[in-house]
Amino acid sequence: MIELQHVTKLYPASARPALDDVSTEIDKGEFVFLIGSSGSGKSTFLRLLLKEDDPTRGTVVVNGKTLNTMSKWQVPKLRRTMGCVFQDFRLLRNRTVAENVAFALEVINKPHRTIKRVVPEVLEMVGLEGKAARLPHELSGGEQQRVAIARAFVNRPLVLLADEPTGNLDPETSEGIMLLLERINRTGTTVIMATHDYHIVDSMRRRVIELNGGQITRDQSRGVYGVGR
Amino acid sequence: MRVNFVLSEVATGLRRNLTMTVAMILTTAISLGLMGTGLLIAGMISDMKEIYYDKVQVSIFLADDVTAEQRSAIEAQLSDSPEVAGYLYESKEEAYERFQQQFSQQPELVENTPPDALPESFRVELVNPERYPVVAEQFPNGQNGVDQVRDEGDFLDRLFSLLNGARNATIAVAVVQALAALLLISNTIQLAAFNRRNETNIMRLVGASRWYTQLPFILEAALAGLIGALLAVGGLVLTKVLFVDKTLAGPIKAGIIPPVDWAAIATIAPVIAAAGVGLAAVAAYVTLRLYVRL
Ligand SMILES: Nc1ncnc2c1ncn2[C@@H]1O[C@H](COP(=O)(O)OP(=O)(O)OP(=O)(O)O)[C@@H](O)[C@H]1O
Ligand SMILES: [Mg+2]
Repeated sequence: MIELQHVTKLYPASARPALDDVSTEIDKGEFVFLIGSSGSGKSTFLRLLLKEDDPTRGTVVVNGKTLNTMSKWQVPKLRRTMGCVFQDFRLLRNRTVAENVAFALEVINKPHRTIKRVVPEVLEMVGLEGKAARLPHELSGGEQQRVAIARAFVNRPLVLLADEPTGNLDPETSEGIMLLLERINRTGTTVIMATHDYHIVDSMRRRVIELNGGQITRDQSRGVYGVGR
Repeated sequence: MRVNFVLSEVATGLRRNLTMTVAMILTTAISLGLMGTGLLIAGMISDMKEIYYDKVQVSIFLADDVTAEQRSAIEAQLSDSPEVAGYLYESKEEAYERFQQQFSQQPELVENTPPDALPESFRVELVNPERYPVVAEQFPNGQNGVDQVRDEGDFLDRLFSLLNGARNATIAVAVVQALAALLLISNTIQLAAFNRRNETNIMRLVGASRWYTQLPFILEAALAGLIGALLAVGGLVLTKVLFVDKTLAGPIKAGIIPPVDWAAIATIAPVIAAAGVGLAAVAAYVTLRLYVRL
């Protein structure tokens, strides 16, 4: 489902590669933590899966499609099968919760009827059914992240990429977000989450891929955050 | 395509950078207005050529003391000459009448001109206007009752080169203005893209097509181009009504200058609109390709 073969990413004007000969495979429905210190290449890993950037060397395959040879106009189609969540939520400030979620569907031309039906469903799933008409600044951080997750999931993606989704949240709120991501994972969606939060990693005991200076130094199913800690 | 969505995005975009939008529209309008003026002058030139070149090419003005014999000798010579396609005789009275008509807007000038001040003349049309020197040679100035032979074509050439110059200058200024307009459009679109970067980023991530992402910007520019074009056409209409039709009424009535008619403006308006919309849209598209990650 997702495969990286000898992937190296060198950013221009940078001597050290952000990813250095990374090879790995992630199956459909897996839940994977991507860990490693700051600058180890986690975000770069996720960006390559989205074809936000191309690898300098190596091949990236997502949903059976080789991204290296994919033409520009096919990229939107790829991204419709993936959802993204970020540390900073990235909501539109002047739109309500429901509008933020609907936006993701409007801009890919989903019919109005579908949007009307699906948006309340997904808001209920993330536990925001009473807050559809609120603006982002009228929500707590955890609630904002739920909106972002609702937006990422509303189109039923095959893969959900989360780059430090709990980075700005307190432990309890983070736990709620993790329960939500687990629930999404149970629907069959592959979840790949970059994180520094060892409580979460240790308590969930899922597959852990650890990056260090752009190389995979550990790949462990049912892993923990730090071995010697 | 979700029309409402795109249109509301366009409206927001235009409102958000109101000053830039106004500047963009005004520059576009000036550029297009000048372009329209250039086209109108071009049309006028070709109308005038039709009016003038077909008519008189050589005027033979007769001396005040010309005798009847001399006059008929000249006429005979003209009617026998193979170089002459046709000729017209204009008496002093006819010359004065035409003069009165031409300058009916300037009564002082007419009043101050005695009726016999204008010479009688033969207006001659040549088979080949370029043979003027040969014909002129047959009627030496100051002899046999001829006062002066004048090549009207030469005068017209100078007049037209003046008009052509005016047209070229107008179009040159229009081009410079168009350049300024294009840069402003490009700038406005970059600004709009910056203002909308959150929306655009999300659109990109959720898989909106490039087309869908770019369309609001392109429409924004095209709409500004269209408004600019409308202003330009409005300017041309005002120029016609307030300047051409008023100030130039005399020469137009006398047939010296062809009128700027509504048909000409109606023909030019769609050209201007197409140019405004097209150039703005292309400028926006190129800007997005070059400067904005979509
Ligand atoms: N756009 C870029 N241009 C140049 N260098 C970059 C760019 N993005 C990342 N890098 C570099 O690539 C390396 C890996 O960065 P990356 O963002 O993938 O790390 P990360 O593991 O996500 O770190 P963090 O935990 O702080 O988010 C870093 O050295 C970083 O400086
Ligand atoms: Mg990162």
